[in-house]
Amino acid sequence: MQFSENWLRTFVNPPLDTGALAHLLTMAGLEVEETHPVAPPFTGVVVACIVEAEKHPNADKLKLCKVDAGTGELLQIVCGAPNAAVGMKVPCAKVGAMLPGGFAIKAAKLRGVDSFGMLCSARELGLSDDHAGLLALPEEAPIGADLRACLDLDDTCFEIKLTPNRADCLSLTGVAREVAALTGAPFTPAPLTLVPPEAEIRRAIVLDAPQACPRYCGRIIAGVKAGAPTPDWMKERLKRAGIRPIHALVDITNYVMLELGQPLHAFDDARLSGAIHVRLPHPGEKLLLLNGQTVEPAPDTLLIADEARALALAGIMGGEESAVTPETTDVFLESAFFAPEAVAGRARAHGFASEASHRFERGVDFQLQRPAIERATQLILDICGGRAGPVEETRSDEDLPRRPEVCLRPARVRRVLGIGLDDDAIRGLLERIHLQVRDLAVELRVTPPAFRFDIEIEEDLIEEIARLYGYDDIPAPVPQGGLLMLPATESARTDWDARHRLAGRGFQEVVNYAFVEEAWERDFCANDDPIRLANPIVSQMGVMRSSLIPGLVANLAANRKRQQNRVRVFELGRCFLRREGPEDKESESVPDISQPRRLAALVAGPALPEQWGEATRPVDFYDLKGDLEALFAPRALTFAPLAAAALHPGRAAAVFLEGRRIGLIGEIHPLWVQRHELGAAPIVFEVDLDAALAARRPQSGEISRMPAVSRDLALVVPATVSAEQALGALREAAPDIVREISLFDVYQGKGIAPDHKSLAFRIFMQDTQRTLEDAEADEVVSGMLRHIERAVGGRLRA
Amino acid sequence: MDNLDQLVDDARAAFATAGDAAALEQAKARFLGKSGLVTERLKALGRLAPDEKRERGAAVNRARAAIEAALEARREALRAAALADQLAAERLDVTLPGRGGVPGGLHPVSRTLERIERLFHAIGFTVADGPEIETDWHNFTALNLPPNHPARSMQDTFFLEGRNDVLLRTHTSPVQIRSMLAHAERHRGADVMPDLRIIVPGRVYRVDSDATHSPMFHQVEGLWVGERVSFADLKGVVADFLRKFFETEALQVRFRPSFFPFTEPSAEIDVAFMGGAPEGRWLEVAGCGMVHPNVLKSGGIDPERYTGFAFGFGLDRLAMLRYGVNDLRLFFEGDLRFLAQFR
Repeated sequence: MQFSENWLRTFVNPPLDTGALAHLLTMAGLEVEETHPVAPPFTGVVVACIVEAEKHPNADKLKLCKVDAGTGELLQIVCGAPNAAVGMKVPCAKVGAMLPGGFAIKAAKLRGVDSFGMLCSARELGLSDDHAGLLALPEEAPIGADLRACLDLDDTCFEIKLTPNRADCLSLTGVAREVAALTGAPFTPAPLTLVPPEAEIRRAIVLDAPQACPRYCGRIIAGVKAGAPTPDWMKERLKRAGIRPIHALVDITNYVMLELGQPLHAFDDARLSGAIHVRLPHPGEKLLLLNGQTVEPAPDTLLIADEARALALAGIMGGEESAVTPETTDVFLESAFFAPEAVAGRARAHGFASEASHRFERGVDFQLQRPAIERATQLILDICGGRAGPVEETRSDEDLPRRPEVCLRPARVRRVLGIGLDDDAIRGLLERIHLQVRDLAVELRVTPPAFRFDIEIEEDLIEEIARLYGYDDIPAPVPQGGLLMLPATESARTDWDARHRLAGRGFQEVVNYAFVEEAWERDFCANDDPIRLANPIVSQMGVMRSSLIPGLVANLAANRKRQQNRVRVFELGRCFLRREGPEDKESESVPDISQPRRLAALVAGPALPEQWGEATRPVDFYDLKGDLEALFAPRALTFAPLAAAALHPGRAAAVFLEGRRIGLIGEIHPLWVQRHELGAAPIVFEVDLDAALAARRPQSGEISRMPAVSRDLALVVPATVSAEQALGALREAAPDIVREISLFDVYQGKGIAPDHKSLAFRIFMQDTQRTLEDAEADEVVSGMLRHIERAVGGRLRA
Repeated sequence: MDNLDQLVDDARAAFATAGDAAALEQAKARFLGKSGLVTERLKALGRLAPDEKRERGAAVNRARAAIEAALEARREALRAAALADQLAAERLDVTLPGRGGVPGGLHPVSRTLERIERLFHAIGFTVADGPEIETDWHNFTALNLPPNHPARSMQDTFFLEGRNDVLLRTHTSPVQIRSMLAHAERHRGADVMPDLRIIVPGRVYRVDSDATHSPMFHQVEGLWVGERVSFADLKGVVADFLRKFFETEALQVRFRPSFFPFTEPSAEIDVAFMGGAPEGRWLEVAGCGMVHPNVLKSGGIDPERYTGFAFGFGLDRLAMLRYGVNDLRLFFEGDLRFLAQFR
């Protein structure tokens, strides 16, 4: 909603300057988004009349003008404007004037001729971008008058952002009513006179859908001069409200809408046939709108029609074929109330919005139709002439909105707002905004006016009281509450623990979009049927990700383009999958979709930043595996070879925690590395976040005081036996006194058969009660060796 | 009679000229070895008469003690010199950079959220979480957004292909509903339901994209429901939070009447810094209000008995203000040069 401050002040004129008025409105919930002066500052510019205009003796494109600026003598001014002509009224900046931008006007010689001032274009005065010629002023403008006063330039445009509940403020009257309530300044309504009919010309109105349109006023005004010019004051007020003047009839309907809040529509009466019907569309019915669009209205879109055809989308936009034009002589004026639910969303369905639909879908005062049509009639008669017929009003009283009383308990007001406001003060605040209040001792009964569509329950009234009391004046105490401690569990880590663990190991957290390119899902996740968005912002963000990994790969590619070759990134976030297994926990259930929280990381480039103290080597599978194990420590993970889309088939593993598969780790497949130009192969892991956060409370056990014994065991096993298999076999055969088995060497090559490898283990043994004998330790190792020989075909290395 | 004093002097001189441990041991042998000069003199004692033997023996032993002391002193001196040499040889350039990797860091939005969680944790707020693909009911209907509300239009909300019951949540508020339902269920039958105090951080989605809008962004929602929760409490909690978050008392906080379907009365929260770059300008940081009775009802809570407030901050916006980031999109581009600044 945009309007001129000076126009507003014709309705209510509180003793507040522009800034204070803007603040008042903002703090009352009518947020002033912007105020800007109608004209930039300038002084010394007056209305002048060009008395003579001759060619400049020394320049073809300049004119030598004699100008009457009301100074008692004619001023000689050199002017370059092509439209400078004798008899024209123009703005004249006299010597001593100050134009926008601090440009001072002095007496000067132009091409050898004295010039005492400057005749101005609209652009030179900062009024518009028009620089085609001098700004032509109205003929009746008094010579010598200050231009600012003459054009009412000491004015400010207000732009207010109205919340959808405050439709009552979509007019000057509405805003003025609010300002009056907030300041106590008197409110002067727009002049409303009943225009008596001069001719018995009428058109019948039939309400075929009375719930959607319970009141319709129509009136014919015959013999108008539609081509009459719109008065400058009206055009200026429209422009300052952001509405482009078109021609008088349209301008008047727009003006009354701005003034009162009632959208009106003017039909060319000569193009109508028979009675007006307010009805729902017939199947297949089409309508050419004023904006040039042809629409086939949905079955629930209300139409204005005559007996021949559809004329307009009710409360939204008129039709081209029945529109008034400057040639129109007879006007049929419509002032109707359309129910908000009959208009809401209909314009949007056709891809546009209009000033009328904006107001109707939020709620127009349902008692305003008659006053508005009278006001518009008077303006049409004043500006375009003509003879008015009687107002034809058709209404369905039972379908008009009701304003039932709303109960308000002052005690609840005090409790909800946390302020001590007495009953009388509450009542006083409500009455300021035209609510009728009945006092029933323990509660108030409040009836809202017809222009308020947002007061139905007690909270609506509490909100009004808070607003009028002033949000600023409500205290902001320190909150009071019981000092009950929050739990601090040791059975789960937090997201923050996981983030900090990874950050501590050199990873940078990233946040990627949850929607990705469909090709990524196919390439990286072998997901041919991802969850697709119905209305993606771009096709590259068309499907929901089922893995965090593609996003990290994209981060790598983008950073490589910025010469960042060592990349260590992680992300923590949700993935989206069609649910196959059982429901998630109850509080998170969404039908057929599971949304697990996951944690994924990617490494690429050198293992360490380039440095003097370590040889440079590329990061590898085991580096990232070490990071992953550190993330879960002290809980041990196990790994098993995995075939997965986009991972190197020999360098990928499923990750298990306590026997449950929780994720994967692996090197990106060389084909993808090539396709996405990733340089050296990055390594990635992705695990279930909840698994990574599970923790257990440590339990202290007995620390043995007895000496430990260690034995080394170098084995040769077939190359196909994994370290985990060998270790598992040793563990199976290890009695309790074996505290730890560590793998300290892996060897393949000279001295070992080609399809075999050597694994060297160190076995630590300790008893809590006694010192172990050497023989006993040797026997344990022999037992483990015998077992591993049987289990995986290992033997002692020679 | 030979001169024992001379012998001691000779030994001292010989030790002093021994430049290392081996030379010193050779010199030692010359005096104290099996056939050394001192040993010879001790052996010669046996040929003397008892009186003479006692006197002479004492003198030789004194000389021997003096020589041994000189030897030990020289040994110590050589050890000290060797250690000094070793230390000198082992000198490091302590200005060389340390070895190994460098730490990474959290995303600036995470960093911001971690502080916010800590601040609210201190006054008894726990963190709640919920799905990002949300049901229409939780995201809209339960929050008092009637079916034809403009916020439900295709322009704002991402929908899924082939589904009209679910959508990408447009705010974190549906978690209010889930949390209230769970809380009410947990305390069903209790005389008084304990206060529910949660904050809800998370990703939300809207069909919008420019320097200040991203199709995905973060919110952090707060909710306090109890028997005595008022609008004044809302102002108190939020104002305190903002001053602690920005670590300045020189912060103006303003509550401006507004409208949201899920709260009433509602307010927008503006802040103005009294110093620094955006000095004096009002910046919108959050929406808030008293939980609408229909929303409490959706959450299974009696709106007559309990009241509550809720607020929703743009988490990214707070991070931008805190760290001077001027383009929201930077948060989601994964540019390590940008992200590394927040370590």
